Amino acid sequence: MDAANNVDSILDVLTDGPRIAKVARDIKEKADEIIDAGGRIVMPGIVDMHVHLREPGREDKETVSSGTRAALKGGVTSLLAMPNTEPPIDSPERAALLKGILEKKASVNVFISAAITRGRLGEELVDIKGLKRAGAIAFSDDGSSVENAGLFLKALELARDNDALLIEHCEDRSLSNDGVVSLGIISTKLGLRGIPKEAEYSRVERNVRLAGECGASLHIAHLSTKESVDIIATAKKKGAKVTCEVTPHHLSLTEEAVLGYDANMKMKPPLCADTDRRALREGLRSGAIDIISSDHAPHTDNEKEIEFERAEFGAIGLETELAVAITELIHGKVLDWPGLVRILSLAPSRILGITKGTLGMGADADIIVVDPQREWLVEKKSLVSKSKNSPFLGRVLKGAVDYTVLAGRVVYQDGDGGSPIRR
Amino acid sequence: MEWTRKHLLGLEELDRQEVELILATADSFKEVSTRAIKKVPALRGQTVVNLFYEPSTRTRVSFEVAAKRLSADVINIAVETSSVKKGESLIDTGRNIQALRADIIVLRHGCSGAARLLSRHLDISVVNAGDGWHEHPTQALLDIFTIKEKLGRIEGVGVAIVGDIAHSRVARSNIWGLSKLGAKVTVCAPKMLIPAAIEELGVRVTHDIDDALKGADAVNVLRMQFERDENRAFPSQLEYFKKYGITQERLEGLKNNFLVMHPGPLNRGIEISSEVADGANSVILEQVTNGIAVRMAVLFLVSRAKEKDETTH
Repeated sequence: MDAANNVDSILDVLTDGPRIAKVARDIKEKADEIIDAGGRIVMPGIVDMHVHLREPGREDKETVSSGTRAALKGGVTSLLAMPNTEPPIDSPERAALLKGILEKKASVNVFISAAITRGRLGEELVDIKGLKRAGAIAFSDDGSSVENAGLFLKALELARDNDALLIEHCEDRSLSNDGVVSLGIISTKLGLRGIPKEAEYSRVERNVRLAGECGASLHIAHLSTKESVDIIATAKKKGAKVTCEVTPHHLSLTEEAVLGYDANMKMKPPLCADTDRRALREGLRSGAIDIISSDHAPHTDNEKEIEFERAEFGAIGLETELAVAITELIHGKVLDWPGLVRILSLAPSRILGITKGTLGMGADADIIVVDPQREWLVEKKSLVSKSKNSPFLGRVLKGAVDYTVLAGRVVYQDGDGGSPIRR
Repeated sequence: MEWTRKHLLGLEELDRQEVELILATADSFKEVSTRAIKKVPALRGQTVVNLFYEPSTRTRVSFEVAAKRLSADVINIAVETSSVKKGESLIDTGRNIQALRADIIVLRHGCSGAARLLSRHLDISVVNAGDGWHEHPTQALLDIFTIKEKLGRIEGVGVAIVGDIAHSRVARSNIWGLSKLGAKVTVCAPKMLIPAAIEELGVRVTHDIDDALKGADAVNVLRMQFERDENRAFPSQLEYFKKYGITQERLEGLKNNFLVMHPGPLNRGIEISSEVADGANSVILEQVTNGIAVRMAVLFLVSRAKEKDETTH
């Protein structure tokens, strides 16, 4: 399955060293190792452009090592690490520091994103040029939005002139008003402070308009409301260079999941109504939404097994995103396989401007073999991520990764417990 | 029917029969408080811990009196909760109390869902004495008990709840409990104090106090907490009293046996006039008396459910 070359047929894939040598019917060449993928889907590895690896600074939640092993298990061969570490990646020196850690510890391709503003404080822009030279391929204050519109416009102009991608977490804090769940009947029943939808969509509206006016590329993170989908669809029609993502949990869960105060269901943006979930699915189908990203956000039990309103926002997702997507979108008949492969792999590669997401000749041999029918139970003990805050705990998902191949080597095989077996 | 719940976390999850069983049990316990020796041995040898994370006198004292009239041993723990001081986690505190071999924790906590969280991690009973804006089940039960005692029924009775509905656990528990028993509930407040989509719970919403009282059989007047108005968005106290305050004039033309209730403590002259609070329609002090019986019933029922639990193991 190769969206880049419109391939959807039963073929053999031959790799040579780190690259794909040939994709054809009945390849006869001798091979060192043959994987029989009969009845399976062979597709380019997932490119997840929204992952919190937490290192440096919060190694109690996740490390580059544990997070990228979780990625392997989930079929993610490339990911974009979010810069809200401690300290945040907001200078070329800090990007270099992270690069050093990644070279030693990462089990998948990790790309670096840097903050838009120093310290993610929304006051002073980072050195975009210097950070690009140091290896950052995108910029985001994720976790927060850049509140100051004038400053954000300046960031967009600089990004445009330096051919950089900005990613925005769209939330107007003055509207979300310390809310912890979506505002509506559920927040009323639970007696929790609600976040109105305007907190997201008014900021999406501001940002896509500014980006459209100045001609910069802007990617909107974790869309959650119908209104936001509509705003982006309209902006795209007008020719704005905006793209956006949706998480597996916003595609599959609604605010009802919060009843019972399970803090694993607490995330930003909050889970919304069923009408929103349906609009998000429709957005994927229509192309208003470009990709799925996990927003993998690990938190320790100490930060989650507490009073709901005091618990951290966020959920892990690397190990479940493919399975949730298959369960909800393929088996739920929202998308076909070529569509899903595009959304998980090719489209994010194009947004990031990296040469991934394809099985074309000469491409990097980052390949996954997926069993679309295999069912598995999501349990704490089987999760490789250091944190266990999955909203899918206790759920049976349909679809699992059998093999993950990175640069031509089998680095994960189901049953490994996620550890790379040949590196 | 038999009571099977080890915890009382809220009225939302109870069915009608369960609410009625608590009320019937309370009815039989009410007489105990009229005896010369106000004690029965139902909970003798059991330990009830009042674990309070918010300052509260009336609810804590009411639970304490109820537990003592059941012959339980009572421990009161008031936990300081300044945001500066980062103390032991709720679950750890609960586990320590359980390790002391206490039998029931009565929890008051500022966070919605706190009682449920604690109940998920403990084997002993948890009784919710108010969690955030979520529920205050025993308060609603004593309100309902009082209405039933005075009017003889709940089915078809019109109850107006007036005041800060948005931030009120008393309102939510009353809405659940009253609706289950077939009462017609109206909530009345300025728009900003009505929580989102509340009408989906089957209540009528009005912003006009006279409209709320018209045809009603009882009013439950909530305490206005102007101190929590961070954004200074509430009406002024004077304006509030003028528009929503329960005064004798407002009661004119209502039914003779119209009930005025208030969970206390009273803000005289803010949400209710002294004349009404002390007047013929007021049942505010009877609510306090009934609170003992209702809490005795709840402590008794959850402790029995637990015994049953143990014998089946």
